[in-house]
Amino acid sequence: MFSLFLEQMLNGFQSGVMLFLMASGLTLVFGVMGLINLAHGSLYMVGAFACAVVAAWTGSFWLGLVASLMAAALAGVLVEILVIRRLYRRDHLDQVLATFALILIFSEGTRWIFGSFPLFLNVPDLLAGTVILPGGAQYPIFRLAIIAAGLLVAAGLFLLIGKTRLGTRIRAGEADREMIAALGINIDRLYTVVFALGAALAGLAGAFVGTTQSVQVGMGEPVLILAFVVIVIGGIGSIKGALIGSILVGFTDTMGRFLLPLALSTVTDASSATSIGSALASMLIYILMALVLFLRPSGLFGAKA
Amino acid sequence: MIMNRETIINSVLAALLIAIPLVAQAMGEIFIITLVTKVAILALAGVGLNIALGYGGLVSFGHAAFFGIGGYAAGILASHALNYQPIATWPFEISGSTQMIVIWAVALIASALAALVIGAITLRTSGVYFIMITLAFAQMIYYFAISWPAYGGEDGLSIYVRNGFPGLNTLDPISFFAICAVLLALALWFSAVLVRSRFGLALHGARQNDQRMKSVGIAPFRIKLTAFVISAMITGLAGALYADLNRFVSPSMLSWHMSGEIMVFVILGGVGRLFGPVAGAGLYILLEHLLGGAFDYWQLPLGVLLLLVVLFARGGLIGLLAGERKHA
Amino acid sequence: MKGNKATVAAVAIAALMTATVAQAEPVKVGMITTLSGGGAGLGIDARDGFMLAVKQAGNSDLEVVIEDDQQKPDIAVQLADKMIQSEKVDILTGIIWSNLAMAVVPSAIAQDKFYLSVNAAPSQLAGKGCNKNYFSVSYQNDNLHEAAGGYASSQGYSKTFVMAPNYPAGTDSIAGFKRFYYGDISGEVYTKLGQTDYAAEIAQIRASGADSVFFFLPGGMGIAFMKQYAQSGVDIPLIGPAFSLDQGILGAIGDAALGIKNTSNWSKDIDNATNKAFVETFQAEYGRLPSIYASYGFDTANLLLSAMEKADVKDQDAFREALRAADFNSVRGKFIFGANHHPIQDIYVREVVKEGDVLTNKIVGMAIADHVDAYASECTM
Repeated sequence: MFSLFLEQMLNGFQSGVMLFLMASGLTLVFGVMGLINLAHGSLYMVGAFACAVVAAWTGSFWLGLVASLMAAALAGVLVEILVIRRLYRRDHLDQVLATFALILIFSEGTRWIFGSFPLFLNVPDLLAGTVILPGGAQYPIFRLAIIAAGLLVAAGLFLLIGKTRLGTRIRAGEADREMIAALGINIDRLYTVVFALGAALAGLAGAFVGTTQSVQVGMGEPVLILAFVVIVIGGIGSIKGALIGSILVGFTDTMGRFLLPLALSTVTDASSATSIGSALASMLIYILMALVLFLRPSGLFGAKA
Repeated sequence: MIMNRETIINSVLAALLIAIPLVAQAMGEIFIITLVTKVAILALAGVGLNIALGYGGLVSFGHAAFFGIGGYAAGILASHALNYQPIATWPFEISGSTQMIVIWAVALIASALAALVIGAITLRTSGVYFIMITLAFAQMIYYFAISWPAYGGEDGLSIYVRNGFPGLNTLDPISFFAICAVLLALALWFSAVLVRSRFGLALHGARQNDQRMKSVGIAPFRIKLTAFVISAMITGLAGALYADLNRFVSPSMLSWHMSGEIMVFVILGGVGRLFGPVAGAGLYILLEHLLGGAFDYWQLPLGVLLLLVVLFARGGLIGLLAGERKHA
Repeated sequence: MKGNKATVAAVAIAALMTATVAQAEPVKVGMITTLSGGGAGLGIDARDGFMLAVKQAGNSDLEVVIEDDQQKPDIAVQLADKMIQSEKVDILTGIIWSNLAMAVVPSAIAQDKFYLSVNAAPSQLAGKGCNKNYFSVSYQNDNLHEAAGGYASSQGYSKTFVMAPNYPAGTDSIAGFKRFYYGDISGEVYTKLGQTDYAAEIAQIRASGADSVFFFLPGGMGIAFMKQYAQSGVDIPLIGPAFSLDQGILGAIGDAALGIKNTSNWSKDIDNATNKAFVETFQAEYGRLPSIYASYGFDTANLLLSAMEKADVKDQDAFREALRAADFNSVRGKFIFGANHHPIQDIYVREVVKEGDVLTNKIVGMAIADHVDAYASECTM
């Protein structure tokens, strides 16, 4: 029982890091440009499809991964120049509607090109198989690789924003867009670059997470909602917040699914315990979000509104 | 002059909404009446949201919660009445009902209570946080409805016979349309009065500047909460009508797509415009109806069109036709 | 002279044909199915199977109107209203999902329309709620799960772990499995609808000491689960209904699906001429192998065409009798309706195999022969 408990803790952490992969790009775009991008899930889908198609064509997951980064970044650049650029000065409402429209376009466009059936995408041979963890549990190598990738992305983002010139500009852009324009920085290009970076992160997440899931049209939507929950809990625009929010949500969800039916079975019969327990578990992360925002209306690490 | 143009457009919209079903009735095209009834009901939901969103600046991404609560009020009351099972036997017996008036009252009260709780928590936040926390509450209720077996879970709940209204045969499409149209008219009138009232001015003030309102002794939180509750009640009423239109409720009424669609109606028509939701819902349903049968990937052109409207027709359809609004 | 003779013959045939046309009223069918969004693959297959049969029959008296329900119950209801009020169809068909069927079917049959189900067949419409104008060509929803239970028992499994999403179809599935399974349940888990990560559940399966796992996870959920299960190194055998291992999604699961047993009332290797021709012509027409949904669509259209041969749709009693007789060549071989208008049929166990590069299913045994659904006895009509 105890080793199962430990394994579930690791699962919770792993699912949190997976969420962070998805949420990092969203929070970057959100923080810098103040843009609600509902189409972030579509970019995630683009990444997964690009990886699946190229991997099937060339037989190499790694080429697929490169393709997913490029395809998502390219889609991001196109979307930014054609649509998003016109929305920065609009209110959130217009952004919601426009990116809602983008979801329809991406989803049906993808279905038009690739058909209505899910695509195949599998874990690369290098990362297939399992390892025995201390404590005896068998754990898929690929899930450990996801943890590593997520932590790398987190570290990369911290370095990028804290230590590079682009990072300085991004931070300046978050603070005051008029000021950086006055400093002679081409703000249009900066925003295109940031949006493309956010899109590439979404595409990377799509390729990685797509190997464990179904690569199909609409795969981005549940992810999108979860990613929003994460960045709102963490505080919008904060990379640290997104990381901690992700892990909090991952833990809450995994442990809730595991423990709630068990806990309820001590007070009621087994079958109603499993069904009530899982019903509660599916509501749990939203309850967590409401609770966090009730106590801290700007999220855990958000700037005061 | 510009205000006049908007008034003219509003009158044309109202006239179309009434004339189309009458012509359809004369021509025997019953389905068109059903379609226009759907427009009226969704417009009513939009009128509700418009009070919070358009006038109060409260961007709620969770109004499907109230739409669904209204729908389930109708479904649950009717199913209990049809099965002759009381809803509660303690502390006193409450039985179901198939009377629309009773159902509307319950839908209004239930959505008001839900909005009071949700609003009290969510209105502590603002901006994007508000958008997302309202979404979170709607998702909570959505997952609850899916997994709660008593009223059908994801299968939903059928109302085999449309609920009744004294003196009318509600199964006759034109009578049911009349009911929905009258309620829509009442809601439009109510929201027009509300905006011009002292409360409306206070709401406008609270939207512009919290601090200044506090300094003149008005509590912006209570004003916003009241607007949120009123808004939810109207959307909840629309939900009850929608359940009767389809003779069916299901958790899909509570899904985030529904929240998004109600929002789309409001924005498409023109935020904060009295007839915005009517124009928005009308256009959306028309597109869905025309494109839906024509082409497997019909949501693609729908998406492109929505995008063009939001990019190039600021102020929505009404804004496009009537020009930019003059601020009072 | 020769030419003249041929003309005379042609005229005579044409006259004969017009005579039959004049006799039978044209039949209008409304097909409401899912053609957009994530679940579109199922609806498209059902439609393509149906239309293949229509095309092969070349019966100009049959008109089919097709609409997309977007997998939303409220849209399905409104389309049904449109089909009935404005298109004035005689027969409705096409719905894939049970929740949409429950929204549409009761009111359609109350308005004296026939409904022929190509897939969804919820228990509410099989027992007390059965109706003389409602026919399920596919199955009763519980059938494949019951067969999986029967198969697990016959294999001597005694500690099965069961798992399904937490919604009515999921709880029905587990109940159906248990109806024919006589061993112990070593764990019972209800997952969130639409869940994509199953690490926590797989850990529970591993820890449960089960000797087999029954799972019902339709669509993308099943794909995600099977991929992750294969990656996890757990090797307890999986059993499921055909939905999670059907032709349309096998390609997306990949080799992770190899060897998994699944229960189905149709398979492309059922040995009869109709089935062989169906698989070949479907592949020739659409460039892919048919799925179970395509087979249900194909059978539904052929059932309808067989009834049109025998009776006029406006004469509801005669037409209903003609439907009930089910006098058509089914891809499943024999085809008989039970008293509640659901098929009494053989349910097979299939195994996922590779034929060349293509993953597909092969029949490896019989799960339950001549299976009658659990609700038939409650139906009085």
